[in-house]
This record gives sequence, structure tokens and C-alpha cells, in this order.
Amino acid sequence: MKFATELIHGGAPIDPEFGSLSHPLYLSSTFGQRSMDHFGRYDYGRSGNPTREALEEAVAGLEGGSTGLAFATGMAAIGSTFLIFAPGDHLVVCEDVYGGTFRLLSTVMKGWGLQVSFVDATDHAAIAAAIRPETKALYLETPSNPLLKITDLKAAAALAKEKGLLTIVDNTFMTPYLQRPLELGCDIVLHSGTKFLNGHSDVICGFAVTRDPELGKRLRFIQNAFGAVLGPQDCWLVLRGLKTLKVRMEESQNSARRIVAWLQTQEKVTRIYYPGLPGHPGHEVHSAQSGGPGAVLSFELDSYETTRKLLEGVKLAAFAVSLGGVESILSYPAKMSHAAMPAAEREARGIKDTLVRLSVGLEDPDDLIADMESMLKG
Amino acid sequence: MKVATKAAHIGLERESRTGAVTVPIYQTATFRHPGLGQSTGYDYSRSGNPTRQALEEGIAALEGGCRGFAYASGMAAITSLMFLFRQGDHLIVTEDLYGGSYRLFEKIFLQFGLTFSYVDTSDLAAVRAAIRPNTRALFVESLTNPLLKVADIQGLSAICAEHGLLHIVDNTFLTPYLLRPFEQGADITIYSGSKYLAGHNDTVCGLVAVKDPELAERVYFHQNGVGAVLGPQDSWLTIRGMKTLTLRMDRQQENAQAIAQWLASHPQVGKVYYPGLAGHPGHELMKRSCKGFGAMIAFEVKRPELVNQLLMKTKLISFAESLGGVESLITFPQVQTHADIEPETLERLGINNLLLRLSVGIEDKDDLIADLAQAFEEGEHK
Repeated sequence: MKFATELIHGGAPIDPEFGSLSHPLYLSSTFGQRSMDHFGRYDYGRSGNPTREALEEAVAGLEGGSTGLAFATGMAAIGSTFLIFAPGDHLVVCEDVYGGTFRLLSTVMKGWGLQVSFVDATDHAAIAAAIRPETKALYLETPSNPLLKITDLKAAAALAKEKGLLTIVDNTFMTPYLQRPLELGCDIVLHSGTKFLNGHSDVICGFAVTRDPELGKRLRFIQNAFGAVLGPQDCWLVLRGLKTLKVRMEESQNSARRIVAWLQTQEKVTRIYYPGLPGHPGHEVHSAQSGGPGAVLSFELDSYETTRKLLEGVKLAAFAVSLGGVESILSYPAKMSHAAMPAAEREARGIKDTLVRLSVGLEDPDDLIADMESMLKG
Repeated sequence: MKVATKAAHIGLERESRTGAVTVPIYQTATFRHPGLGQSTGYDYSRSGNPTRQALEEGIAALEGGCRGFAYASGMAAITSLMFLFRQGDHLIVTEDLYGGSYRLFEKIFLQFGLTFSYVDTSDLAAVRAAIRPNTRALFVESLTNPLLKVADIQGLSAICAEHGLLHIVDNTFLTPYLLRPFEQGADITIYSGSKYLAGHNDTVCGLVAVKDPELAERVYFHQNGVGAVLGPQDSWLTIRGMKTLTLRMDRQQENAQAIAQWLASHPQVGKVYYPGLAGHPGHELMKRSCKGFGAMIAFEVKRPELVNQLLMKTKLISFAESLGGVESLITFPQVQTHADIEPETLERLGINNLLLRLSVGIEDKDDLIADLAQAFEEGEHK
């Protein structure tokens, strides 16, 4: 089945009882049992809910994994995944990892004895050099947030396999439409489903998908024990959002290409980060491992004043955190997605205070360009 | 203001533009900023959402705490609180606690270097004896699951204060309507809000209230950092449920008292655990410290075969996990809620193959008693 068809017909079959095309929304916290010895498929809503399961199967199918798990937020998915490790374990993590993940690793998980090395994951040798005897996993984002750095997933996964490590990839920016890390040899895919998967800026959610069923069972145990699950109404909304993933992603990506071409002609734009540009250092690797450059781009402006003017002046792109919605969102990584990172760490990673990140939505690109043009010209 | 008034007013008058008397469902992931370095007070719904906040303020108000927190489930609430601790810390925990809490402590947090001692927290001397130099907290169920042992919160708080321990109370079975642990010295309360607070068996959620602002900041850090938050629609449903908390609880308790008395006189029933019965060891303590005895009953049948018979033959009372809703539910703790606890421990505690747990709903008590009576009668299983 092709991806667009899988989006519409993958996952749970049509409701066999009434033929409802939309999956029923089960709000029940508990499920009545018929036998004392053999419980039904569902007993308690935290452990399993038919609506959540439909979503989990759909996302697992799209990523080509065996097990899908839905969580209350992307951070809950990431936090639950970190619980597969034990004190003393060591992780190699890409250095410009999402600020929330950085915070979790450097506070809570550090307190629990998890060791972390942050490396420039665009440099395969740097990843290899950071591996220690107690290393258990590589944790990668590609393209990374907000500098859109590219990691060669196939090479990283091969190295991890050789050393007996898990490869965990946050695939939020790409979605399985554009990139399927499990097919490249990675073990766990994570998502802030809040972003492109749901796509409507109306649900906070997270996903984990594993290739291996045993690893899936371990994560399922943690999902149930920790209990940071996604509620059924939010699950239903995400199922609805997923149906249009491909058409949204294609439209946004086309618009992003148009906007990048326009930004290149702007005097006050000093640097553009977008893996679709042939000059981007990761362009070739990214083209080989994905179906497109996606709909998130970052750019640097000539001054703090221009940055403020753009962020505060744009009318169509919302100045807000988050990304991946039908609405374009312009954000300011230094004070938003990476605010949880100390200033020195942030600067060292190239996240300057003149950097803005644009998540391109479904507005007409001409309108978006006109909106920004008025702020960058005058 | 009384609990009934506070409960009915949760979420009221938050939305001044339209005057709507129920809080809107803010089904949004993110919030637009007015300018650089400015915020409306909301940035990203994991960090804060107005609907969730109305619920969080609601539980804080009912509890008399400074701040409340809403989580994806009761277990997510407990897990998020465990992040307050570090490798090497020791906690004292109620021994017959909910199986999910036990599983979390033993299968996940033990591996991260936390240690737990399980003691009878209705026995102050046993709690005192379990304290070690590295003990950081006491985690107690105010009315235990499923044996309905009663904790002396005031007595336990005094021990905690003396030894600098954090006093965490899982008050799920009683709710702030029947017991307000902060008034008796506790620091944090936890709820599986799926139970009495939401009350309709339609929402899975967890709630936490914190007494002290400084501690609340740390709890918030982990709520936002780990992100196990409750979604806005479930937050709204929980608020809706909480508005009728006191009415439901009054009726449920009245029903439970009648059913417990009926069970106590039934020839096929052995022990009945209900603190509203005068012979229950916690009866006097609860009379002094709580506004009621709750609506959970555990009882032993005289023969193991009767367990299956009752589970299969009750018609109004559903055989399902969970509790606290408007519908009555019956469960078999040894196999359902407490399956993760070691068999020897279960046997020692009395969670055996004769024990059933009844969560009494708001149906008419005569119908519930008639349902149980017919289920006890010999005959074909349906």
C-alpha cells in the first residue's frame, strides 16, 4: 500500500459492528469483564483503550514498526523511553537536541545516574569517538532543531549495531512520510505528535515506535506503569489529523521551498538553514535518506532589531512556540525551544539571538512572503 | 467556603469576555505571543493550558493547598512525584498499596536506586521503626486499597516533621470532601482522579495538590519537564465530574453503609472490611478525622467458588477494574488490581482467593442489595 492510502486505510479496520468509517471514541476508564480467568482485551483505560490502540497501530504502521505507543506529550514519550536505561548507562546525544530533551537529560536523568555525551552528530567520527564501554544508545535528531543539521542515520545505525547500542531517532520534523528511520536500521522512533503528525496545533501528544517486538513490550510495560498515556479524545483528534498528513506535508514543503528562494534574495537575511539547499552541508546525505527537506527552516538576520521587528510585526505567521501546524509559526529558539538550555551552551551550538525558525503552514506562500517582506524592507 | 460550594464553582468566572459559566476547552497546542519577551501567561500547552489550569486550581482549592497539578493518569502523577527523589533515597510506603504503585516502585524506580520499605501505615510504631538515615518520604494511602486500613495522618505527620520526611498522601478513596490531609500536616496529596473526583468512569486522570509554594515549584518543574500532563478535554470532563463530588459521595456512602451491614449478616460472607462498621479497627479514628467512611467495601466469601459465582452473576454491579464512579463495580483484587505484588505478601495481608472489592455507586441501595442477594443464590452462571 502506498503512503497516501495507508494514511486513509491503515491501522484499525472499519468498525465491524456498525460500519462507522471514523473510529469510535471510547471514553470509558474501565471495561467490564466476562470471565474471572480470562480477561478481555481491555481492562483499564490506562493499560489499553480501543481508540488509543487504533492510533498506536496507525502510527506504528506508518513508521514500519512492530509496536506503537501514544503518550500525553512528546516529552512524556521521550521521558518514558529513557526509563529503559539504568543508572550508569551512557548515551551519545546530538548536541543541538531539543531544549526540553536537553533539560530532561541534564536534570532528572542526570540525577538518576544516566550519563550523557553531547556530540556534533553530523560528524560520524565524533559519534564513534564518544562511545564508551557503558554506552547503551545513540539519540539523534535529523534534521536537528533549530539548525537543521543532518546525521547519516544508516551509518549511525550500522555503527550502533556493531557496538551493540540502540539507535533512537526523534523523527518529529520529517514524519514517516518523508523519513523512516526504522527502515534505515534504527530501533526506536520518537515523535512530538503535536507537530506534523497531528498537524492542527490543537493536540499535545507524543509517540514511540519500535522495530523489535521485545523492545516494544518493554516500552509498553513502562507506558502502563508510568501511565503518561494520551487521552481518547486527543487520540481521536490525532487519527483525524493523520488522514491529511501527506497532503499537508507536501503543500507546506512546496511553500517552504518558495520561501527559501525568496529569503535568499533578502539583504537582511544573512544565513539560511534548510537541507533542501544544495549548499547545505547535509544536503546529499539528507536527500539520500529522506523524501524531501520538510517544512521547517531557520534563518539569521542582520541585527537584533530586525529580528524583533520581524517577530513582532508579522501578521499571518503566528509568533509562538511549536511547529508543524496548518498555521505558519515563527519562533525564536533562543527564548523558546532552547530556553531550557543555558546561554553559553546555546551560543556554543550556534543558536544566536538573531536566529528565527519558521514552520511553514498551509497559507498561500505569496501571502506569507508579502507579510514578511513588509517587515524586512521598510 | 464549604467543599460543595468550591466544587460547584470550579472553572467559573475565568472567561470574562463572554461570561460563560463553564471554562472553555482550550484545545490548542500553543499560544500566540504579543511580542518578543512577552507572554499571555500561556506559551505551550504542556507548560500550561487554561482549561487544565482551572482544574488544577480546583483541586488546590478543595484541598486547601497552594497549587494543583493534573496528569495523564494517577500513575503518571505518582511517577512525576518520584522524580523529586534521587538515587539512594529511601521511602516508607503503605504495605497493602495499589498494585500499580507497587509495580512502579519495584520494577522501575528500584532499578534507578530508590529503595522502599512496605509497612503497615495504620501502625505508627511500625512507621517509626522503618525510618533510616536516608529516608526522604512517607507515601501513605489514607484509606488503603483493598483492605481499607485507616492511616492516622496527624500522627504520621508528626513523625514526618520530627524526621524531616516529605509526607505524601494518596487520598483517592476519600477525596478532599471526606479528608483534608493538609489540615492534618501532610505535604502532598495524590489522586487517581479517574475515581471519585471525575466520578463517571469516563476519564483516566491524576491530580496532585501541594501545600507549600517552594515544593510546588519543584513539582511543576517535573510536570513540565517530563510532560505527563492531562489533555484539555479530559481536564474539562474532570471539572464537570467534580462539580457533583459531594452529592455523589453522600449517596455512595449511604449505600455502602447499608450494603456493608447487609453483607456482615449474610451467612456466606466472612470478614467484611468497611470502616463505617463499628467493629472495624479504624472506625473510631475515622469518626474523629474524616467526614465519612467512603464507599469502598472489601469482603471475604466463605468458599472460593463463590468468587466466580458473584463476579458472573451480578447484573447491576459490573465486573471491572477501577472504582469511585456512579456505576457500582466489583473486582477480585488478588488477580486484578494487585496482581503485581508477591503472592506471599498478598496472602499475609489477607488479599486472598476469597476477597472481593466492591465500589458502591449511586444506584438505589435496595437494587444493589437485591443484585448481590440473587448472585449468592445457587444456580446456573450466566
